[in-house]
Amino acid sequence: MIPTEYYILLGSCLFTIGVIGVLTRRNVLVILMSIELILNAVNINLVALSQYFHSVDGQVFAIFVITDAAAEAAVGLGLIIALFRNKETVNADEIDLLKW
Amino acid sequence: MLLLIAFGILSAVALVSGVMVITRRNAVHSVIWLIVALFAVGGIFLLQHAEFLFAVQIILYVGGIMVLFLFVVMLVNLDVALKQAQFSRQWQLGLFTAVLVFAQLGYVIYKLGSGMSLPAQPASPAPAHNTQAIGQALYQTYMLPVEIASLLLLVAMVGAVIMAKRKFE
Repeated sequence: MIPTEYYILLGSCLFTIGVIGVLTRRNVLVILMSIELILNAVNINLVALSQYFHSVDGQVFAIFVITDAAAEAAVGLGLIIALFRNKETVNADEIDLLKW
Repeated sequence: MLLLIAFGILSAVALVSGVMVITRRNAVHSVIWLIVALFAVGGIFLLQHAEFLFAVQIILYVGGIMVLFLFVVMLVNLDVALKQAQFSRQWQLGLFTAVLVFAQLGYVIYKLGSGMSLPAQPASPAPAHNTQAIGQALYQTYMLPVEIASLLLLVAMVGAVIMAKRKFE
């Protein structure tokens, strides 16, 4: 039996990697992929705690998180395609139309 | 012991490929490494007897979302972008913030290990059939959320089609 703390530690390490990716990369696609990493880290925690409490609720919640990830990926990639068509770039710091 | 070794291997694969995702220059390589990371996370689900989530992870994430990602990466892949700087101008600040977040999480987990522990485990045994238990929870307790999730997917589909369309008319 693996201690639940190990899973939580793994989840937070993966979460931090995702946060670093979101905050430091320029490529919008890689930022979107880092968000997927973050969501997976959350899923690890949810499943570990659902297993710890002998309850299936956490896993149901993880399914909803995966659903949201699918919706987010579809909309995000649609946005990136529209953006690329208009600005010919995928760099996050060149997309500053709203910046004063 | 065997479980612990499997957990170690899977988490090492997940972490290393996670680092690879955010450091690769070519976005296609990032997608491939992300697929490896998702497989490892799926293995961790399997280790926790979440068989249904393992299947969902492989079918939906690796088979669905990542293929979508690959298509879009190849659609917008710029050779110019490979030669440019890969990290944004505020990367030091970003890294600092991320390390701060990790320090907070690590502190809480450290506290979890010493003294302030998790609430006691319930006495009732874990449900024997994972998929059956999830199906019952999804279609009985969580019926309304499932409907809302399906509506969300419909909205996302319409939104993605409209945004990727060539012109507004």
